[in-house]
Amino acid sequence: MTAVTHDGGQDGASPQPAGGAADPQKLLTPVLSAHWDESDSYTLAGYRRHGGYQALPKALAMDPDDLIAYVKEAGLRGRGGAGFPTGMKWQFIPQGDGKPHYLVVNADESEPGTCKDIPLLFANPHSLIEGIVIACHAIRSHHAFIYLRGEVVPVLRRLHLAVREAREAGYLGPDALGPGKDLELTVHAGAGAYICGEETALLDSLEGRRGQPRLRPPFPAVAGLYACPTVVNNVESIASVPALVDRGKDWFRSLGSEKSPGFTLYSLSGHVARPGQYEAPLGITLRQLLDMSGGMRPGHRLKFWTPGGSSTPMLTDEHLDVPLDYEGVGGAGSMLGTKALQCFDETTCVVRAVTRWTEFYAHESCGKCTPCREGTYWLVQLLRDIEAGKAGRADLDKIADIADNINGKSFCALGDGAASPIFSSLQYFRDEYEAHLAGRGCPFDPEKSTVWGDDPSSAHLEVNA
Amino acid sequence: MTSIEIGIPEMPAPDYPAEVRERLEADAREIVARYPDSRSALLPLLHLVQSEEGHVTRTGQRFCAEVLELTTAEVNAVATFYSMYRRKASGDYQVGVCTNTLCAVMGGDAIHAALREHLGVGEGETTEDGKVTLEHIECNAACDFAPVVMVNWEFFDNQTPDSARALVDDLRAGREVTPTRGAPLCTFKQTARVLAGFSDERPGAVEASGSAGPASLAGLRLAKGESTPGVVAPREAASDEEGK
Repeated sequence: MTAVTHDGGQDGASPQPAGGAADPQKLLTPVLSAHWDESDSYTLAGYRRHGGYQALPKALAMDPDDLIAYVKEAGLRGRGGAGFPTGMKWQFIPQGDGKPHYLVVNADESEPGTCKDIPLLFANPHSLIEGIVIACHAIRSHHAFIYLRGEVVPVLRRLHLAVREAREAGYLGPDALGPGKDLELTVHAGAGAYICGEETALLDSLEGRRGQPRLRPPFPAVAGLYACPTVVNNVESIASVPALVDRGKDWFRSLGSEKSPGFTLYSLSGHVARPGQYEAPLGITLRQLLDMSGGMRPGHRLKFWTPGGSSTPMLTDEHLDVPLDYEGVGGAGSMLGTKALQCFDETTCVVRAVTRWTEFYAHESCGKCTPCREGTYWLVQLLRDIEAGKAGRADLDKIADIADNINGKSFCALGDGAASPIFSSLQYFRDEYEAHLAGRGCPFDPEKSTVWGDDPSSAHLEVNA
Repeated sequence: MTSIEIGIPEMPAPDYPAEVRERLEADAREIVARYPDSRSALLPLLHLVQSEEGHVTRTGQRFCAEVLELTTAEVNAVATFYSMYRRKASGDYQVGVCTNTLCAVMGGDAIHAALREHLGVGEGETTEDGKVTLEHIECNAACDFAPVVMVNWEFFDNQTPDSARALVDDLRAGREVTPTRGAPLCTFKQTARVLAGFSDERPGAVEASGSAGPASLAGLRLAKGESTPGVVAPREAASDEEGK
């Protein structure tokens, strides 16, 4: 396996033997998270102390089309899961059409395992607001929205404060984008619905309706919010723009790989010694992240993991050296997704894990299309039977068949996401499904996989400290 | 599962008392003014009526419909789609245990079971004193703090059955409870008002619990050389394959 290059193209990042673990000071590149350890990092003063709002005058001095081209050339790709080039999304907005344009930031972070935007907004909301002002200049928008999932009130409080501070400082409000060019920013709290992370469902929800996806085309760039041209971007995508503009596209491209340039937040969770947020260039590997952070919890081995939330096909310890960028994870048969690295050790029953995810998809299916609404329901029934030892071998084929009838045949990507854990777990752990069949039931002890299943004094030292 | 009652159509819901209606109308005007199109105000308005009564009543739905010139059927269709709108009277404190896969495996299932037994209530039920409603919730974007419990949508990170039992005991006894991340607890109604888009004016509410939680800083501390990198325990698979 060729190690990914991180610093100027030198192959200095190969995993090292135990005892000389990978040097985190070389491999990690905190940008968005660089000052989260300061007590006022979420305030305007804290943000400005480290160059905050320094990119804004540079961006406002650029012609909007040049700014779009600049972000395109930098190669920033969407951090919400799909990896679509951000600059290209901006470019799709028709200009001179006489209609209002809108920027909608998707802060509905709800994909199981995904936990990057919420800590980012909690500790550094102004990076998002500066990015919003820059993006609105580029797409000629005078009203932006942050659609925040409702279940995170501490984050909502800080967004309320941040918007008030930005308004008082003149970054938002009258003439924010130049003489006669106002900018409004509305913070909108959702009300509990995973489907609203799907961009067209989000738009319906923001219009005060049930959050159900829309048929595309027309795409939001042409007919989005109130049927007007709309850009929908993930929090981290927009929050990355100020650093990109301030330090320049060459710096941005010096991080990561040719097709996946830049820095990003990786979220380690599960049975690892030190769960948390790790900001690194795209292309770091799970082995490197585990090596620097203390590996799995003591005495245990990695069994399966998701690269980017439960909707991305699971991987195993065979894939520890896969570069965690869009192409690398795609090449391993999964997707980079949201970089939510949920790691499960050998105490975890994969059938239990997949059953629970499937219950989630069934609960969150919006009901609009038949394959997803009915398919997820029947998958849950079958999986519960399998887990309880009440199923036969034919039921394994049946869940694969149902998943196949959901995947690619549903109205939106929720259905594809529901099929992913089924397909991938059957691919890697069919034996384990079979061990549950014919009255045998689950061979695992759920107590062993809990945080307190081992000696509590040795696990999660950092977190419990 | 949601219960659906089928019966004869109900009479129109009663209106709010005049002074309540007047107060809510002033709030509603402020909410509607945030949007280019008034209907966009429906989700925050539902949070607003929930802050008045603790759940979304027929009266609350009628109020939303009248403010936005919608039918009550249109409002009901939205109110029943989203899981944060309660449809029946519930406790002052909504205790939500994450039982999505990762938290469930790490201990969320055991915590939920412990609380059911300790409180003597089932999923979605409220204690007799009206203080605590127990629910299981889906992934709340705090997986690096698993297992997670939310009370009125504030974070209680790294929970155990013991810590969760102590938490609900404190809530029921009226003792002050401080989340791991977030502001000192207020009631569900007060929380709903923040969700409707009104700033929390309590002194210290925004600052509470500091800038970022410990797990959020794990990578930063390593990058700054403030915590020790390296292997806590040898991983057999890794050491076999490395160094080639």
